[in-house]
Amino acid sequence: MRPQRMRLASGGRIDRTRPLSFSFDGTRYQGFAGDTLASALMANGVRRVGRSFKLHRFRGIFSAGAEEPNAIVQLESGPRTVPNLRATQVELYDGLSAASVNAWPSLAVDFLAINSLFAPLLPAGFYYKTFMWPKPLWHACEGMIRRAAGLGRAPMDPDPDTYDHLHAHCDVLVVGGGPTGLAAALRAGRTGARVIIADEQNELGGQLLNNRQQVDGSLGADWVATACEEFVGTANVRVLTRTTAFGHYEHNHVALLERRTDHLGPGVDGVRQRLWKVRAKQVVLAAGAYERPIVFRNNDRPGVMLASAAAAYVNRYAVRPGQRAVVFTNNDSGYAAAADLADGGVPVAAIVDARLEAGDDAAALAAVRDIEVLNGFAVVDVKGRRQVAGADVSILNDEGAATGGSARTIGCDLLAVSGGWNPCVHLHCHSGGKLDFDSDWACFVPGRTPLASRAAGAAAGVFELAACLESGFEAGARAARAAGIKRRGRARKAPAAERNSPAPARRLFHVPSLKRGGEAKAFVDLQYDVTAADISLAAREGYESVEHVKRYTTLGMATDQGKTSNVAGLAILSGVLGRPIPEVGTTTFRPPYTAVTYGALAGRDVGDFADPVRKTPMHHWHVAAGAKFEDVGQWKRPWYYPRADESMQEAVNRECLAARNTIGVLDASTLGKIDIQGRDTVTFLNRVYTNTWDSLAVGRSRYGLMCGEDGMIFDDGVTTRLGDHHYLMTTTSGGAARVMSWLEEWLQTEWPELDVRLTSVTEQWASAGLCGPGARRLMDDLSEDLPLDSEALPFMAMAEGRVAEIPARVFRISFSGEVSFEINVAARYGMALWNALMTAGEKYGITPYGTEAMHVLRAEKGYIIAGQETDGTVTPIDLGLERMVSKKKDFIGKRSLSRSDTAREDRKQLVGLLTEDESEVLPEGAQIVAEPRPMPPMEMIGHVTSSYYSANVGRSIALALIRSGRSRVGEYVFAPLPGKRVMARVVEPVFFDPEGGRLHG
Amino acid sequence: MLLITCPWCGPRDEIEFSCGGEAHITRPSEPEALTDEAWADYLFNRTNPKGPHAERWVHTHGCRRWFNVLRNTATNEILAVYEMGKPRPDGEGS
Ligand SMILES: [Zn+2]
Repeated sequence: MRPQRMRLASGGRIDRTRPLSFSFDGTRYQGFAGDTLASALMANGVRRVGRSFKLHRFRGIFSAGAEEPNAIVQLESGPRTVPNLRATQVELYDGLSAASVNAWPSLAVDFLAINSLFAPLLPAGFYYKTFMWPKPLWHACEGMIRRAAGLGRAPMDPDPDTYDHLHAHCDVLVVGGGPTGLAAALRAGRTGARVIIADEQNELGGQLLNNRQQVDGSLGADWVATACEEFVGTANVRVLTRTTAFGHYEHNHVALLERRTDHLGPGVDGVRQRLWKVRAKQVVLAAGAYERPIVFRNNDRPGVMLASAAAAYVNRYAVRPGQRAVVFTNNDSGYAAAADLADGGVPVAAIVDARLEAGDDAAALAAVRDIEVLNGFAVVDVKGRRQVAGADVSILNDEGAATGGSARTIGCDLLAVSGGWNPCVHLHCHSGGKLDFDSDWACFVPGRTPLASRAAGAAAGVFELAACLESGFEAGARAARAAGIKRRGRARKAPAAERNSPAPARRLFHVPSLKRGGEAKAFVDLQYDVTAADISLAAREGYESVEHVKRYTTLGMATDQGKTSNVAGLAILSGVLGRPIPEVGTTTFRPPYTAVTYGALAGRDVGDFADPVRKTPMHHWHVAAGAKFEDVGQWKRPWYYPRADESMQEAVNRECLAARNTIGVLDASTLGKIDIQGRDTVTFLNRVYTNTWDSLAVGRSRYGLMCGEDGMIFDDGVTTRLGDHHYLMTTTSGGAARVMSWLEEWLQTEWPELDVRLTSVTEQWASAGLCGPGARRLMDDLSEDLPLDSEALPFMAMAEGRVAEIPARVFRISFSGEVSFEINVAARYGMALWNALMTAGEKYGITPYGTEAMHVLRAEKGYIIAGQETDGTVTPIDLGLERMVSKKKDFIGKRSLSRSDTAREDRKQLVGLLTEDESEVLPEGAQIVAEPRPMPPMEMIGHVTSSYYSANVGRSIALALIRSGRSRVGEYVFAPLPGKRVMARVVEPVFFDPEGGRLHG
Repeated sequence: MLLITCPWCGPRDEIEFSCGGEAHITRPSEPEALTDEAWADYLFNRTNPKGPHAERWVHTHGCRRWFNVLRNTATNEILAVYEMGKPRPDGEGS
């Protein structure tokens, strides 16, 4: 194992007694517990960690946190692989294996780096201009471009890990556990408020872990430890580390992603990640700020890094980010970073300060360490191709342009840059929060929000430690009070830190290059290779809206969502357009703040838990009988019951023939059933069904059609009158819940005066439907007290009695066109009834049939299925069901039937189709034309809705919706199919027993 | 996710509810007497204000009862929750 040559001998929040081995791009290295992948790579002197997206230039570690644009890795392999993680946020564990994502075939030898030579040919909008038109070119090149585009690869296998969801409620949610968040949580916690404080890192502390500032007279990190102890002793404060608040939604619903085992490596027992759905009375946003870069030529070379990140690597990880540094800054914070670097063993060759004057305290930091300060200077270019070898500096004029004066090159391998700070306003903006522009710091700060939420500290544009602590403390107190907590709590003085006398920052986002064309190498968006030249070009080409510029140049559209680039891009755009930054505006911040795994979003709702499965009381019999099942809504229904080596068609043929020639039996338990009671039930039925219900006698059934108010068929079913004010409605199996909700809606919202009560009883009843010539004989065998002849129990009548000694309701209703008895028994007797029917029916050749045979049998009779013959655009008249539509009364949808479009003569109408070739079964959904052509376009006049081979008819049959279909009966139409054209004759939509004699039997 | 206060169950997550669209649209008592335009207006046309909007919600995964909500569509602030049949509490609209 190589030595960690950039590791400091002491210090840092790493455990040198716990060495961890890991590999990056196939090479093995060693780091320590407490490292991130980025700090461990840095400790090993690895400078180049990736290639850029478009130009494939080498890139190095740029930050120490969530904003990282360069060090993007694919973690592990196989089903647990995770793409596009930021190495700066990946905690090191033993055996970790990672690879850079955007290099093919390897980081060192990147064939696509040749793109870099063609950079002038790949300006903004290149992909749009070249590939969106003509289309064939895009198709030819898409695969190549997508592969060249790189970025990570999603796992191909099912996710083996477990995830869960947890709902939580609190008075105060504090987002961010830096000094501000800690102060807020301490203060709110002391009032007794229920507090949740969440931080994305492995421990609380934020910037206090990265720098050497003091709080209440102790080193920041020690003060953090004291605060954490207070939390441990406070039952009302819950601390969530490794937890990212990624979305802030309406009414203070905040989504948190807790990474519970990721830091231990793959395959650890337990829940890998947990999605917290927090409802907070008050939110304190203490998410801190990002340091922002300054754009100059070759600012993407490995070794260019945010100044605070460079300091964090020294202080927190005890790693030297370089051998010799230059710090380029426009504000005082660069000086603190320079001091930390110098004290950590990285000599600082110079501080290049864009300002003529620094704050006194800042200047003193440089002076005591003998660091040369170049005031009024800027870095204009970077020497070195594979990594930083030096910084070219020059004097800036008053307008912020480099003059070329006093130009010199300062040798260095680390260029630490501070362009000021951008508050992390993401969560504030997720749910309608507005932004204000702070012109002192030239940054956007949170403005008005419709939510009970407040930003504090750096997230609110307060960048000094002492002020952050006060701001957080105050926010914690206010939030607790606003959440209704009356107690004020002890220790009401904010934690204190030293106050400095800072000098203002100088507004400098971009140092224009002294070289012709130099802007094409001045990177704004490091991940997507968007340069200052691209933004200028977009503006020149007329893209003035920031949203358009973003899409045209892809600025901020990479996996980092522009955390380091958006504001700089805006500033450059504002310069080109000659409009102030706040007028140019910002792009929209949308959740998630950082990427969330699909596993966490799905939680436990996967596999068997994705959707409930509903089974009838007879389910196990069907399974034992070898049934194949079909999903109908959530129901598992027997589809067909193959015997031995029967094909599906053979089984269905046998079942269909049995149902018409001997006895068929169908498990009809899934049919939706609604028990309706109340004095106004008839009135209600008259309003929701298209036909009339006044004359229905007790013990009689009637078929009904329901329409939406638009006149289109919504559901259908049979309703039976059980008593004076008592009815049982049936619905389609898949539509039961929808119909129930629909009826409730009308009762509650439109007709509350009606005395009607609805109860879903679908699952209370098991139902077996007997049909065929032998059905009555079997019923006779099993029943003593039931009238079964056609006089006493005619078609569409119901009787109560015992079947196989089980109390039952027997309905003479039919979906097959045969004599039928639908036997309903209490669900718990379903299996007993079924067994009795099978045993007693054996001698008659009783044959169970499934949904496929049921469909064929009803199609033979031309009976519709709502949802198959109808699709929300079909009226009763379209289906030839005029007789079902009452002229005498109003009902839901009636008025729509006379709207000009609904009353058209040439609407699509239900007809039958008989193919010329009797064995040809048309595919359902096949388009129908009257005048076929060799090639599209052809005028479509309709489509096939149902199509089967019918063993009873002895040929194929189909139902179709065809324009003016009824007037086409006898004509021929065509179905153009791949490789052939099928001719069919239009017929009446009844194929079997058109007189219906068998039904009444 | 909205936090909606069901008049019968109290504050619950939006996921328990379904929205039934604009409130206070009464079904015409004599649809047959309406012109096509008037019927189409009842059937299809809805207001789409930026600001307070009266809408119907049902506590689908709770008590299954319908009620009205006055919600600011721009801020999602819920200004009032009131029973079916009651007028808009802000006196606006029909
Ligand atoms: Zn409720």
